[in-house]
Amino acid sequence: MRLNCPCCGPRGVEEFTYRGDATLRRPAPDAAAPDWVDYVYLRDNPAGWHRELWYHGAGCHAWLVVTRDTRTHEIADVARAVDIARHGRENTGS
Amino acid sequence: MTLFGRKTAAAPRTGGGNGVDPARVIHFTFDGVRYPAHPGDTLASALLANGQRLAGRSFKYHRPRGILSAGPEEPNALVELRTGARREPNSRATVTEVYDGLVACSQNRWPSLRMDALGVNGLFSPIFTAGFYYKTFMWPAPFWEKVYEPLIRRAAGLGRAADEADPDLYEKATTFCDVLVVGSGPAGLAAALAAGRSGARVVLCEQDSVTGGRLRAERGELDGVPGWQWARQAMDSLRQMPEVRIMTRTCVFGAYDGGTYGALERVADHVAMPAAGQPRQRLWRIVAGRCIVASGGIERPMVFVGNDRPGIMLAGAVRTYINRFGVVPGRRAVIYTNNDDGLRTATDLAHAGAVVAAIVDTRATQTARATQVARETGAKLFTGGAIAATYGRLGVQAAAIRDRSGRVQHIACDLIAMSGGWNPELSLTTHHGAKPSYNAALCAFVPTTFPPGMQAAGVANGAFTTAACLREGAEQGQAAAAACGFAADLPALPAADAESYGIESLQPLPRDRSVKDGKAFIDFQNDVTARDVRLAAQEGFRSVEHLKRYTTLGMATDQGKTANVNGIVQLAQQTGRDIASTGTTMFRPPVQPVAIGAIAGAHTGTHFKPTRLTPTHEWARQQGAAFTANGLWQRAQWFAQPGESHWRDTVNREVRTVRTAVGFCDVTTLGKIDIQGPDAATFLERLYVNAWRKLPVGRARYGLMLREDGFVFDDGTTARLGPQHYVMTTTTAHAGAVMQHMELCHQWLWPELDVHFISVTDEWAQFAIAGPRARDVLRHVVDPDFDLSHEAFGYMGAAEVTICGGQAARLFRLSFSGELAFELAVPARYGDALARLLMKVGAPYGIAPYGTEALGVMRIEKGHPAGPELNGQTTAHDLGMGRMLSGKKDFIGRAMAARPALTDASRPTLVGLRPVSPSDELVAGSHLLPRGAEATGAHDQGWISSAAWSPTLDGWIALGFLSDGPARHGETVMVHNPLAGSVVAATVGPPVFLDPEGARLHV
Repeated sequence: MRLNCPCCGPRGVEEFTYRGDATLRRPAPDAAAPDWVDYVYLRDNPAGWHRELWYHGAGCHAWLVVTRDTRTHEIADVARAVDIARHGRENTGS
Repeated sequence: MTLFGRKTAAAPRTGGGNGVDPARVIHFTFDGVRYPAHPGDTLASALLANGQRLAGRSFKYHRPRGILSAGPEEPNALVELRTGARREPNSRATVTEVYDGLVACSQNRWPSLRMDALGVNGLFSPIFTAGFYYKTFMWPAPFWEKVYEPLIRRAAGLGRAADEADPDLYEKATTFCDVLVVGSGPAGLAAALAAGRSGARVVLCEQDSVTGGRLRAERGELDGVPGWQWARQAMDSLRQMPEVRIMTRTCVFGAYDGGTYGALERVADHVAMPAAGQPRQRLWRIVAGRCIVASGGIERPMVFVGNDRPGIMLAGAVRTYINRFGVVPGRRAVIYTNNDDGLRTATDLAHAGAVVAAIVDTRATQTARATQVARETGAKLFTGGAIAATYGRLGVQAAAIRDRSGRVQHIACDLIAMSGGWNPELSLTTHHGAKPSYNAALCAFVPTTFPPGMQAAGVANGAFTTAACLREGAEQGQAAAAACGFAADLPALPAADAESYGIESLQPLPRDRSVKDGKAFIDFQNDVTARDVRLAAQEGFRSVEHLKRYTTLGMATDQGKTANVNGIVQLAQQTGRDIASTGTTMFRPPVQPVAIGAIAGAHTGTHFKPTRLTPTHEWARQQGAAFTANGLWQRAQWFAQPGESHWRDTVNREVRTVRTAVGFCDVTTLGKIDIQGPDAATFLERLYVNAWRKLPVGRARYGLMLREDGFVFDDGTTARLGPQHYVMTTTTAHAGAVMQHMELCHQWLWPELDVHFISVTDEWAQFAIAGPRARDVLRHVVDPDFDLSHEAFGYMGAAEVTICGGQAARLFRLSFSGELAFELAVPARYGDALARLLMKVGAPYGIAPYGTEALGVMRIEKGHPAGPELNGQTTAHDLGMGRMLSGKKDFIGRAMAARPALTDASRPTLVGLRPVSPSDELVAGSHLLPRGAEATGAHDQGWISSAAWSPTLDGWIALGFLSDGPARHGETVMVHNPLAGSVVAATVGPPVFLDPEGARLHV
């Protein structure tokens, strides 16, 4: 599998580390315990399109939001997490 | 009959063969007998050339087996190659190139290939039917381990792996191209020519040692020259194209995501021994914009009783042996075919001087082609006939042929060339999960959906004539290059055969009452017969996937390349379905077997992972240090001196030196992260549980990090070097993980924070200089304008200083040992020099280096948690640091750490332990039990995490986690070591054994 890093270009998957669901949002510090449990422990396992965090540890150290179809590994989009965190949160489906 | 059973039959060599060099003779041995061969021979062609039809014994019934095919699909002729450490089992004789001195042995036979004692399994064959293992060995359960499995292991199994480590090198490589072409037959060559002339980067992979594919196996002409000569011309053209790379002996075995392909190059399998430094095999990762699968086809055997005897071969393979290798595999042949392609074999055999005794054509209508070939070859033609049985113990001697009227006659033969039609070799197209679909007109499964960027061309795509292969290959090559942005006209294509091969239908084994029922094999490698498939279907295994698991059809090294479709045909008939709705099993990588050694590549032994060396490694080695692995790092464990007979003597001496004089230790391996920016303090506040805003410039502080789930992640000290400048240390083990965590926090959670950080672990060599004389030593190192006094540079001080007359350095007053101590960091390139300097200037004070063992003993004496305590399952509360958690700010893990269960007093909490009897040893990993309780899980109250002999306290000490620990100081608990079976009594106390007030630090 290859990811088209916005900073480095297309690179082999071995340069990246997978983390998981990129639609999760860290609750406010005073959020209720169930919100924190959802955030820390509960994960969907969709068969289909999934937005997920990857880390380009062997490259630019950027965290990336990858839009991937879990059934085919088709990659629809790779964006810098920091850009989404700054501007695009409202569009990420959470 | 004079032909049969004689090894002295006339030499099968024709003197021709487009792929061998008959002018040169080399030799190989098979089962200890030396035979001649020509360069270009495979082991299979050389065995056939020497009249050796018997190549192995079958897996289950130990039936004599010969060579079925001429390619990688071979199920029968599996041999052991080479000897000693280079012995390699289950090698296909059909793709093994003969070199001078090759040693090969047959497998799965005892005592010899001709006299196999386990052939007796064949007599018990009625019980070895479908699902035999499941049915027979179910009960009683213990019998499986003790009786059945050892028995089966001895009787079955194929070759033997080498007993010694593989002495050869393997390597991995990556290449990139626009168009990858898999296969160099007519379709592949046309594709490469079309793509190559556009200027696109083309990689052409051919698993064989030579290019040309079936063009080498046939006598057909292209533009009036033999096909193999046209292939050679095409190769000459390709070699002129600078962007075309031709890789022979390279099998593309897998299609992975994103246009990534796995390929195995057999670099030195065809020579006696790899040259010095040369790898035996090379694993390629090929990243391609487009891929054209032109991998050709695999011929199907015919299914009939006794179809597995040596001398019964695929018709196309017979042509390969004749035309490429110049070897006629038999002198008197019977052709058994359901298509016109089989007729070509009759023509080629006759042309090579063999007798074609009969042509058995299962098709009901006699074709003009069959009539003509029968007349030209003098063969007796049985239209609508079938082979009912075969005879011959170690090789076929006769066929019983049933004509369309049902009359059976016996015809002597030493070769049966069978053709059940061709399957496209489409494995690569299915690696992303696509299922091929059945094309009834072609009587074959063909690819219909492809992984992104892939197409198939030629036979692999169901184009079954040479002309169609060339045209489709060229068009696909042109289209693939165009998709990558390269345009070119189609190359001129030669005139070639365009006739269909006349296959009409696929038929299962007829139920024939006239011949005594015998074994008609579908899967030769796994000894699965038509009857096994029928039985499995009767028992309800109707799905092809279930059939595969139940009967083992399609498993093992050949993955049923010659068997699968015949199995499906049989299953379809038995279950009353058509072939299309019966479907195929899933193909997965690799297409051909790939040695684990090739996948490992160079990553074996000490190369399995990288090694990181500290700046003082060479110096420590010169001091006679023992080293220990700490993650990837090699760290000095202790520095033995003459006269120290046990490592503990050395460690005790190192500890005493630090406690009474001065020692130093390389702590470079700790993670170091330089953090700068206006929001650096805020960032630290959110990473660590404790407060950072008020830390003054020039001071350091201990910090504890949690994971978001509330458990402890890491700890370390962070110093403030300037108003917006901090330097953090992490544990050695978590340095990378902390950096990654910080990147996530900064980029994803709090992108608004104006802070930047970078790992500087490798930039700085750092030393702990510890002991009552530490300051005296440092006065010789640090430039005198810096005041080292306790008053000026107190405990937890941090400063940028100069040493040795102007060299920039960083100095921290940190102590892991509990003594007056400093950590001095210098640019990594000066680490070695600093170690030598410390030894020199420290000599008058009795300085000695100390290693990780002494470091560990001293931190246990001081109750500092380390790896065994920060094991990912402990909380701040467990470590006695619950009060560090700030209530005034948000930080990672705050919410979850507040869960009641994580602060429950009954959680095992950090304590110190000393044995009641001073002679009792405490061992890490032991369980803690209440006094008098039985050593069972129900009474378990905790564990010992770290234990050491303390030379300072002259006794064993340990850190551990004990339920409700802080309330139980003074209590005696039992320490149970289940490995040793021992139980000793220990007294619970605070985790700090030495100087709890910290008097030694503040001097």
